[in-house]
Amino acid sequence: MQNSLQIAWLIPLFPLIGFLINGLGRKQLSKSMIGVIGSGVILASFVMSIWVFLQVKDGNTHVATYFDFINAGKLKISFAFQIDQLSSLFLLIITGVGFLIHVYSVAYMHEEKTEHFGRYFSYLNLFVFSMLLLVLGANYVIMFIGWEGVGLCSYLLIGFWFKKDEYNKAANKAFIMNRIGDLGFLIAIFWIISKAGSVNFPDVFAAATGKFNGKEFTTTDITCITLLLFVGATGKSAQIPLYTWLPDAMAGPTPVSALIHAATMVTAGIYMVARSNILYSMSHLVMNVVWVIGLATAILAATIALKQNDIKKVLAYSTVSQLGFMFLALGTGAYVAAVFHVMTHAFFKALLFLGSGSVIHAMGGEQDIRKMGGLNKRMKITSMTFLLGCLAIAGIPGFSGFFSKDAILAGAFGRSPVIYAIALGAALLTAFYMFRLYATVFRGTFRGTHDQEHHLHESPSAMTVPLIILAILSVVGGWIGIPEFMASGANKLNEFLAPVFASSNQFLESRGRLHEIDHNTEWMLTGLSSLLIILVVVFAWNKFSRKPELAETKGLGRVLENKWYVDELYDTIIVKPLNWLGGVLNSVVEKDVIDGLVNGVGRAVNYGSRQLRLLQSGQVANYVLLMVLSMLVVFVLQFFLRK
Amino acid sequence: MFIDYYIILSVALFCIGIVGVLTRRNAIIIFMCVELMLNAVNLLLVAFSKMHHLTPPKKELAAVAGTDGQIFVFFIMVVAAAEVSVGLAIIVMMYRNIHSVDVNFLNRLKH
Repeated sequence: MQNSLQIAWLIPLFPLIGFLINGLGRKQLSKSMIGVIGSGVILASFVMSIWVFLQVKDGNTHVATYFDFINAGKLKISFAFQIDQLSSLFLLIITGVGFLIHVYSVAYMHEEKTEHFGRYFSYLNLFVFSMLLLVLGANYVIMFIGWEGVGLCSYLLIGFWFKKDEYNKAANKAFIMNRIGDLGFLIAIFWIISKAGSVNFPDVFAAATGKFNGKEFTTTDITCITLLLFVGATGKSAQIPLYTWLPDAMAGPTPVSALIHAATMVTAGIYMVARSNILYSMSHLVMNVVWVIGLATAILAATIALKQNDIKKVLAYSTVSQLGFMFLALGTGAYVAAVFHVMTHAFFKALLFLGSGSVIHAMGGEQDIRKMGGLNKRMKITSMTFLLGCLAIAGIPGFSGFFSKDAILAGAFGRSPVIYAIALGAALLTAFYMFRLYATVFRGTFRGTHDQEHHLHESPSAMTVPLIILAILSVVGGWIGIPEFMASGANKLNEFLAPVFASSNQFLESRGRLHEIDHNTEWMLTGLSSLLIILVVVFAWNKFSRKPELAETKGLGRVLENKWYVDELYDTIIVKPLNWLGGVLNSVVEKDVIDGLVNGVGRAVNYGSRQLRLLQSGQVANYVLLMVLSMLVVFVLQFFLRK
Repeated sequence: MFIDYYIILSVALFCIGIVGVLTRRNAIIIFMCVELMLNAVNLLLVAFSKMHHLTPPKKELAAVAGTDGQIFVFFIMVVAAAEVSVGLAIIVMMYRNIHSVDVNFLNRLKH
């Protein structure tokens, strides 16, 4: 009997239909129609995803093969979807959060012209389609199609307001940075094909453990493949050294930042590593690289977020920092914690971004937090939900962020207390800058212009309802992963995802790299981190409610405000030398060498023919003489060359 | 070997022909020199033909031994005769047009 999950192709089909209708009919359809179609198709996908999730929950996983995508010689790549615990969870996040953001967008973008409104929704639908393809793909090639698709949509949406040159530059930056990562991913795929002859996940993992058609990866293969895949992940998930595009990507509309640059697309790298978990587990070296990069990014981005004054930039760096946490979890082997944090982060970061969108909307496009303040009196719902989001991301006990962050910290402690200490530092920084942001925006007195104050209003219900739903999720979302030491058997997520990571955990355990920490220690660690976080929150709250940071910063603060001058550093060591090289190639190699060569050939032919012309004198005797002489030459040559 | 004399004679004739073609300007003399060269070759062909078949390979072939080279010679003579008629006609036309048989005047091909 055919598996009922075979019908999963409907899930990405709905957004694709929405993309086509909205994209083609953007000039004919009315705004409300576009909004209904754009959101409706995502809702349909969401309903399908719930059904799929329930099926998977009953233990029904399935690889649905539809047709041959590439069939060349021995290589056969089928267009297939893999529906299992990991992908079904991501489906729920993408379509669920995606639907809320679509609804929010209808109100947020209502001032756009109908044509651009349609364009916006078609891009958004195309993005969801690509993201679903990425998550559902049953082999690396299908995943790569989605991977490129989301990159394209990210580019299109960052540069949505294409009349501003600055935004176009941000879009280009995001696209180019991603291309660097994508190249790594692509090379990894080629490597896999050449060594395993198949890109299907089970085949590749079997090849890694040495049980696939007699084909086996060597240690070098695994190291290189995982490293190259990780390069792809650093591009898409904004890790050092390719993270600088994400803060600039805030040029796009705020719901886009929420959907693409916080909740879904940037977690693609985490999904990919989690999907290839067995490969990573087998390479101790790359695991170390992953957590080092993750931890470094978490700290670096958190420090930058401390001094940013653009409400979206703070959230952007916070996203980079949280993604760093996820990679830290992956690198320490705490795969479930990483996926858990992806989920909770999707809730609270989407909430925070949408909240900031609501603030920006009310402020008439103002994004500088120094010109806000005291907004909690005029925007009760936004302020309340934003506060819940801040509490969740800071990791206050009971909120969703607490559980996922605690799981990551526990994993870090299992590897080494030093990693734990650094990660805890980053978590404290997170709590600090989030409450700096909250207190500066919502507490104190209003510091904007009189016009803006007059204009201040709570957003319409199409915007507040998604905020409320996401706020609820940010609070309760963590309860599915309550750690074992608090309540036995309460970690439903761990149980649910166990099959995906089973072989990996088995491998790590056999190598003695999975460290269980006893419950007393865990209580102590949780208590310590919670206490410190609460202290930091109270401190930041008091500090910035009373006296927000308005003055020019000096010293280290200035360095942080300028993002550690990383952009300038990249400009100096990569962009400028490349420009210089391009200039040299243009002015020297192109003009002198290439042009010289081409013109030289022409001039040589010209000159040579002018000399040869003299031979044609018109004198018959000359011709005969030449003929005789050349015959003589032929004879002489013949004579001497003869053996 | 007595063939050497034939070779020397025909080489001498050939060289005279070449030098004549190269140095003279009168079209008729050049023409004659060309004929001289042709006949030098004819002489050589007859000489070699005779030399290589002094002893016929088979008794039955004795009557025709050494004749293949001479057939070439007849062929050349026929072609040369045809060539002479065409060549002389050209020279006549040339004389009618430029009132001269000096080949150095015939350099219009250059332009």
